[in-house]
Amino acid sequence: MSAEPQAGLLLASGRVKRRKRVNRLVEFGATLASFAAVGVLALMIGSVVVKALPALNWDLFTKNQATFGEAGGGIQNALVGSALLVGLAAVMALPIGVLIAIYVSEFAPPKIGVVVRTGLDVLNGVPSIVIGIFVYGLLVLRFKQSALIASFALAIIMLPLISRSAQEVLKLVPNSLREASHALGVSKWRTVIQVVLPTTLGGIATGATLAVARAAGETAPIIFTTTLFTNTTSFDPRHPVNSIPFMIFFNSESPDPHLHEQAWAGAFILIVFVLTTSLTARYLLHRGAKKLQSR
Amino acid sequence: MDAPVSEVLPGALASRRSWRDKIGDKTLYGISAVASLVSLFLIGLLIYKVFEGAWPSIQTFGLPFIWNQVWNENATPEEYGALSLIYGTAITSGIALVFAAPLSIAIGLYLSELAPGGVRGIVGALIEMLAAIPSVIIGLWGILVLGPFVQNHLEPFLSSFLGWTPFFRGSEHTGGLLPAMIVLTIMIIPISSAVCRELFLTVPVDLKEGAYGLGLTRWEMVRGVILPYTRGGVVAAILLGLGRALGEAIAVTQVIGNQNVIHVSWFDFGNTLASNIANKFQGASYYSLEPSALFYCAAILLIFALIVNVSAQVIVRRFELKQGR
Repeated sequence: MSAEPQAGLLLASGRVKRRKRVNRLVEFGATLASFAAVGVLALMIGSVVVKALPALNWDLFTKNQATFGEAGGGIQNALVGSALLVGLAAVMALPIGVLIAIYVSEFAPPKIGVVVRTGLDVLNGVPSIVIGIFVYGLLVLRFKQSALIASFALAIIMLPLISRSAQEVLKLVPNSLREASHALGVSKWRTVIQVVLPTTLGGIATGATLAVARAAGETAPIIFTTTLFTNTTSFDPRHPVNSIPFMIFFNSESPDPHLHEQAWAGAFILIVFVLTTSLTARYLLHRGAKKLQSR
Repeated sequence: MDAPVSEVLPGALASRRSWRDKIGDKTLYGISAVASLVSLFLIGLLIYKVFEGAWPSIQTFGLPFIWNQVWNENATPEEYGALSLIYGTAITSGIALVFAAPLSIAIGLYLSELAPGGVRGIVGALIEMLAAIPSVIIGLWGILVLGPFVQNHLEPFLSSFLGWTPFFRGSEHTGGLLPAMIVLTIMIIPISSAVCRELFLTVPVDLKEGAYGLGLTRWEMVRGVILPYTRGGVVAAILLGLGRALGEAIAVTQVIGNQNVIHVSWFDFGNTLASNIANKFQGASYYSLEPSALFYCAAILLIFALIVNVSAQVIVRRFELKQGR
């Protein structure tokens, strides 16, 4: 009797068709946007690999940069310099970052915890170029440039990253662990060091690795703190050293194609380092999450 | 995990704690509190030192520094103003945001709603990798690969059918405002889209299923449920991207051409607060006032960046609290 209107509802009318078309269009757009972003990444890594290949050879690792006008030369001094800068920065930032996280999650009253966390957020929001000019005003004006001062600037960049990630994992430690330890009469400091911290080592390592990857590529603080280097390989933190990011920056501004090649080679090494460290960190995070879930 | 706990079993009561534990508790508390204080002190010192460095310029130029366009080291007396830099910062970050915001939301939706299981993880990881690429490499790519493409293809293309607007006129360059906008867009997207994806995943499944149950299409569900539910968070995600764009010095200085002049055409050179510091710093000490003028730029940048970043982080934090996470 009244079957017809129902059939009309079930069949796609013009309006439903239009709604479906809009939906498909949006879905297609979102998919396209994602693959475009992946495409940009591929383009960038592809350019670095293609342009770096002709410049990759052993001289790169065994020779220092040639003096101006000379052909050849490698980037050994920049590689060693970068390792020195990032290593020293990690040594400064890691213990302080973890201590701050311990204070916030184990000791601090809630209100003070919020103050410290907000402080770290503020520090994290300071552009790295401002951190560079701050360290210049604070230390370089008085003590001249040195690798030590540059790594202090990098440590300021690493500190909030390390501390935030350490706080996140400390928050994940079940309170039952702490309570069990208390119930056994274990003092607070031994609880923190022998019960709480060991369960979070994976997470802290992840945060530290990501911070190292970030610091290794930072250029802005370096241009204020360690640029007046000589082209020799040096492990002495009291003098300025060359570094991979600065070498790339400096060479990219020059018109010399040989220097461009060297910049691409440096970019290749830096990208391989940054991507392997972040992938390792992701893997550690994944494993850490599984471990905490199985508890 | 069990060994250390049973090892300390004797010592059961607080009153009978050994002197070692009493000292240990106080020491750990003390050094961790000092570390936290040091970090807070560092922020205060940073703000103080930046303004101290800027002081000679603040005294000489005062507030008009902000709306003076001239940047001339060789004038007597030296004259510095930041208007062209503030314009450059606003236009490059602003346009980058106009492109990056919808793209980031779209990518966030793809990763949280559309992508099939296997693809989701891979695409998500690849976009996160884009965030990990150091800015100096993006700048190197920007000047040597993107720049020639912009000069030879993109700019002639744009001027051929948008040439009637003032923005797409004049001679083509490898550097300039346009490549800076593209580079900043690329830098904002991975940050904003990652936060968007996390936000969209917090929308309760029953709300989404309710919308589907009413016969909505996926897009209608997104518009009616996901976006209203996460509105504040999406704003924060985009602000975080803006924070990165405002403060980016190295990649921008590599591509923008470094001219402290306001050019309306996007094909032309420009400068931003951050890239001006990176570009001019090396030679600044030959002049008496230029270092402090650069500190002044850093102070302005610091204020902008802190407002943007802190408000974004406050919104994200509030959002997490609302989710009870």
